Amino acid sequence: MIPEPPGYAPAVSPAPFLEVHRLTKRFPGTLALSGVDLRVHPGEVIAVIGENGAGKSTLMKILAGVLAADEGAIELDGQAAQLASVRQATDLGIALIHQELSLLVNLSVAANLFLGREPNKAGWMDKSRMHTDSVRLLEKVGLNIDPGNPVSTLTIGQRQLVEVARALAMDARLLIMDEPTSSLSAQEVDTLFGVIGELKAKDVAVLYVSHRLTEVEAIADRVVVLRDGEVTGRLTGREIVRRKMVRCMVGRDIARTHTRMKRKPGEVVLNVDRLQYGVGRHSSLSFSIRAGEIVGLAGLVGSGRSTLLRTLFGIESRTGGTIWMNGQAVRPGSPQNAIAAGMGLVPEDRASQGILLNMETRPNISLGALHRHLIWKGWLNRPWERQASRTMISQLGIRGVRDGKLARLLSGGNQQKVVLGKWLLLAPKVLLLDEPTRGIDLAAKREIYQVIEELAGRGMAIMLASSEMEELLALAERVLVMHQWGMAGELAADELSEESIMHLATGHKARA
Amino acid sequence: MRKNLGILGLLVAVFVLTAALEPNFLTAYNLQNTLRWTGLFGIISIGAAFVIITGGIDLSTGSVIALVGVLTPMMLVGAEWPLALVLLMVVALLLVLGLLHGILVTKLSLQPFVVTLCGLLFYRGLARWISGDQTQGFGAAFEGLRQLAIGRIVITDSFGLPIPFVVMVGLALIAGAVLNYTVWGRYMLALGHSEEAARYSGINTDRMIILAYIIAVMTAGLGGLLFALDVNSVQPAVHGNFYELYAIAAAVLGGCSLRGGEGSILGVVIGAAVLRLLYNAINILGISTQLEFAIIGAVILIGVIADEFVRRVTSSRQVHRAA
Repeated sequence: MIPEPPGYAPAVSPAPFLEVHRLTKRFPGTLALSGVDLRVHPGEVIAVIGENGAGKSTLMKILAGVLAADEGAIELDGQAAQLASVRQATDLGIALIHQELSLLVNLSVAANLFLGREPNKAGWMDKSRMHTDSVRLLEKVGLNIDPGNPVSTLTIGQRQLVEVARALAMDARLLIMDEPTSSLSAQEVDTLFGVIGELKAKDVAVLYVSHRLTEVEAIADRVVVLRDGEVTGRLTGREIVRRKMVRCMVGRDIARTHTRMKRKPGEVVLNVDRLQYGVGRHSSLSFSIRAGEIVGLAGLVGSGRSTLLRTLFGIESRTGGTIWMNGQAVRPGSPQNAIAAGMGLVPEDRASQGILLNMETRPNISLGALHRHLIWKGWLNRPWERQASRTMISQLGIRGVRDGKLARLLSGGNQQKVVLGKWLLLAPKVLLLDEPTRGIDLAAKREIYQVIEELAGRGMAIMLASSEMEELLALAERVLVMHQWGMAGELAADELSEESIMHLATGHKARA
Repeated sequence: MRKNLGILGLLVAVFVLTAALEPNFLTAYNLQNTLRWTGLFGIISIGAAFVIITGGIDLSTGSVIALVGVLTPMMLVGAEWPLALVLLMVVALLLVLGLLHGILVTKLSLQPFVVTLCGLLFYRGLARWISGDQTQGFGAAFEGLRQLAIGRIVITDSFGLPIPFVVMVGLALIAGAVLNYTVWGRYMLALGHSEEAARYSGINTDRMIILAYIIAVMTAGLGGLLFALDVNSVQPAVHGNFYELYAIAAAVLGGCSLRGGEGSILGVVIGAAVLRLLYNAINILGISTQLEFAIIGAVILIGVIADEFVRRVTSSRQVHRAA
């Protein structure tokens, strides 16, 4: 825990606009934020960085009035403030520009800019004023488009700028940008940075959430690093360099304490041949995995990584190609076929896909394997179920649990172990893991790494999709990198580095 | 069992209160009657519970009851078809209807409310049209068959267990076993909690949902047959009106959550008994029958609020223990 330095204040303006004290937020099973302090001065650009699940989005949502904090205080201009709704936050000058854009694409740009605050005369919309005001606002963000056009005709980058213009229309004093550049072209990023520079000059503060450390280096006055809900670093000015940010973000200790086991890969288990998937996509990809291998799957948001795993598992339909398991073609169309062929999937979204939060631990663990242990016809084998659940709880070290406890009351790490246990009971030959440690505390993370290693050691083939570089580097023997729904390349153990992965993931060709 | 204590308490309270206020309530004749109606409504409530447990709803129950109530006497008495053939036809029809509901809900992703609302309208219209809106019945014939609805198993000179109640108990035992001791019941509970997570666990969720709708229509059909045998004069326009709401109310009172994933057959049966008991109490205590719906509605609301309250207290206690 690193407190806000008491004396710090930038030269621009002495009084902070926003002060946050000891902010804490709990979700069932996770501590999303734990005692976070933050101070934002007018005209400052503060980057908030951290791995997935570090608590960045939660913090932003609390400041924007989307979520309520469990503990802590928020002050605006030195006055205690309640941010109970988005409306209240915008009225107080805080505007959130969301990761998933929140524009209504069927409406015109002007209608979006003034949504909910349409200029009117006695209730009748004042369309001409709306038009002229829109033109003025769009100019501020460097957009030269007709405000009468529907938003659906704009590029993603233009939409992002419309969102900024909308925030300006609300006289925002603090703009919160959540991954604003994740889908922008290099040129659009430049435009956005230009706009941010102008906003700074007008004393508007910006909270900039991003994974892209080069951008952070370019634009941030200060950096706040979050990890597992806590502030693990505060960097100012010249301290803002990639190496320091990464160290605060990942805490090198996991990678260091995790020792890789020596394994010898066996036969090819999963062989994917010219797989085509995703509606309207034309990429076709091929790869194979051997028994006892841990293969990483990297790719930026939107690279089709999770969809690939869901397609392999039969949740999403494929449009071409063959999936071979042990030399047998897997019939498409349902997870049951994939499971029968020996596949398992620990899905990306634990809360809605992985675990049944309102069911007890025991039926959660046994759910997948029940049908293989029936007494007769459809009759459940309850003694088996009790035994299996106990075995998994002790084998995976699921703590603080009687198996009658509702899954929602477990911590995130223990929930994920329950999902793992469900698959282990089915003894799959190939286990697909999609972000298996997202939103999980460090201790549980390390244990899950251990489990993954052990499974591979016992000959299970493992495909590990992750956006945490550290995780891939620590566990995977080779990494497949995806870009725009296709394979950008494969990196063998001696080529693996954060840079080489990012190089391929951002669409560059593999180095010869 | 512990989950059902609340509703059981309500049952006992209404019973004791009514008995204290009006001794005639305890006559063998009145108790028998109440048990018979509990049996009839219990049967359709059990089916409704299965659909509710999967997170769906079946609004077509009352109209299915009317359709079966009209068709059976028309085929048996009007067309003089043999009993076995008629039963076969009815079962086949019910299977098709249940399958249809289930397929529309799963494969076409239509909302259960809409699908079964259309069923409610369609089957009612069909029943009225086929019968020409003429009252149908078995007349003096089929006394033996009618014993299924009006007969009883004699216990003492004056008191016997009504056959519908016995049928309901048998059905409840089977339903309870399916829900708690078979993989299908477990799958229904699981997908009621989260259909997506259930699918990711390899459960054929579509098949289970279709099964639930078939069960609901089948029990509605069984109920429809018994109701028709009981009244022996089926008026196509009104027979079974609102019965789906009684079935849903019994299921909810019995602890089923309309969000899906929760419910016990014993609770549903007790829920149906509470509703019939209330109805009987209103009549026997001389409360204006115009208030019937108001009283039943109020009791259900209070029951559900009390249940939610208990749930919050226990779950916050669990959270504290977990922390």
